[in-house]
Amino acid sequence: MVQKLDYLKETPSQTAGPYVHIGLAPGAAGFDIYERELGWDIAGPNATGERIRVEGLVIDGTGSPVKDVLLEAWQANAEGVYPHPESAGETEEGFRGWGRVITNFETGEWAFETIKPGSTPGRNGTTQAPHINLWIVARGINIGLNTRLYFEDETEANAADPVINTIEWEKRRATLLAKRSDKDGQIVYRFDIRLQGENETVFFDI
Amino acid sequence: MSTPAEYYQRDREWHPPAYTHDYKTSVARSPQYSLISLENTVSEITGPRFGHGDIDPIDNDLILNYAQPGQSPIGERIILHGRVLDENGRPVPNTLVEAWQANAGGRYRHKKDTYLAPIDPNFGGCGRTLTDENGYYFFRTVKPGAYPWRNWVNNWRPAHVHMSIFGSGFAQRLITQCYFEGDPLIAKCPIVKTIPSQAAIDSLVAALDLNATIPLDTIAYKFDIVLRGRRSTLFENRLEGN
Ligand SMILES: [Fe+3]
Repeated sequence: MVQKLDYLKETPSQTAGPYVHIGLAPGAAGFDIYERELGWDIAGPNATGERIRVEGLVIDGTGSPVKDVLLEAWQANAEGVYPHPESAGETEEGFRGWGRVITNFETGEWAFETIKPGSTPGRNGTTQAPHINLWIVARGINIGLNTRLYFEDETEANAADPVINTIEWEKRRATLLAKRSDKDGQIVYRFDIRLQGENETVFFDI
Repeated sequence: MSTPAEYYQRDREWHPPAYTHDYKTSVARSPQYSLISLENTVSEITGPRFGHGDIDPIDNDLILNYAQPGQSPIGERIILHGRVLDENGRPVPNTLVEAWQANAGGRYRHKKDTYLAPIDPNFGGCGRTLTDENGYYFFRTVKPGAYPWRNWVNNWRPAHVHMSIFGSGFAQRLITQCYFEGDPLIAKCPIVKTIPSQAAIDSLVAALDLNATIPLDTIAYKFDIVLRGRRSTLFENRLEGN
């Protein structure tokens, strides 16, 4: 026998289930309970940088949209600063960096509005290309899935990004690139997430 | 400012795997490739922060937060309380804990729930709170009922409260479910059984806590939550280079 280490074990994950909206987005579940729902305003009114809309679908292994998913986004501001004491620098008043969206129950489409983040420091003096960290939960997802949305037009920064370059299969890297378009003056990035099957999105163990 | 250090790697053999055949919805929603392992960067060690301006004091009282004036929901009145700790046993203060659940009859207030048990006009079924400086949280609510669900023909969910916890870094983000001591449905549930080990399942079962009851008023269950812990910085493996 040896001495016992006294670390605790992390609480195991369980699926968020079909009624995740009740807890985390009750307005969408069909009732009004809180004065303020959280997560609908990511950037706030004072953030500098390019205003963008991010939209997409979450698609399951049969090719069908997942209509009961909840996504959370976590991102830096346009200067590459997260609103957290362990990120060096300041963020604008009202910049949350965090958002929460659910899909349309009929179509599975989700979307949020924010600003395009800047590059952030990577490990060992490297630089990470602009990206939005995403976390996806739903019925049938036993533990939240982490991925990153990168911007396809950031060609040079993406080519040097240490996380993208960690992905050995170059073909799979494209699953992390959101496609830019201009819809009547609004910049839209399209990011479909494939849980399984052809072009399965890269998910990370962070 | 202390030098940020990594979170301990998640023990993926302790958590449920993505693909669990007997929980049928997972079959088409589980990635088939292995996850790509990332060493933590500033993107993972930081995370959103919440304050008392984000929520209202009544938000943790599910007996009151949706009830008509002078009324309260039907059901066994409970206090659900505990601490949020990290794997080092340290409290996680000022972190947002959100909870949602069915009413005492097993029915959710959700447009997609069609179970024949009735909606309780005085029960919304969601609450939220911030842990205090010692990582302590509590909710007042009614004990949720078991409910049937479509998986096998005759599956029933044990009584449970869904819980969402943030921690201080996005790497700690967690959703889980709290079960209640003595429920015979726990051992039968395909969602519970997505978790490989009995010890891990046991850690999701809240204990009857008679010391925390309010006599003649409210019974209590204790549910501690553990989030990922972080390396110390004795020997630095610095995230941001030298
Ligand atoms: Fe449930």
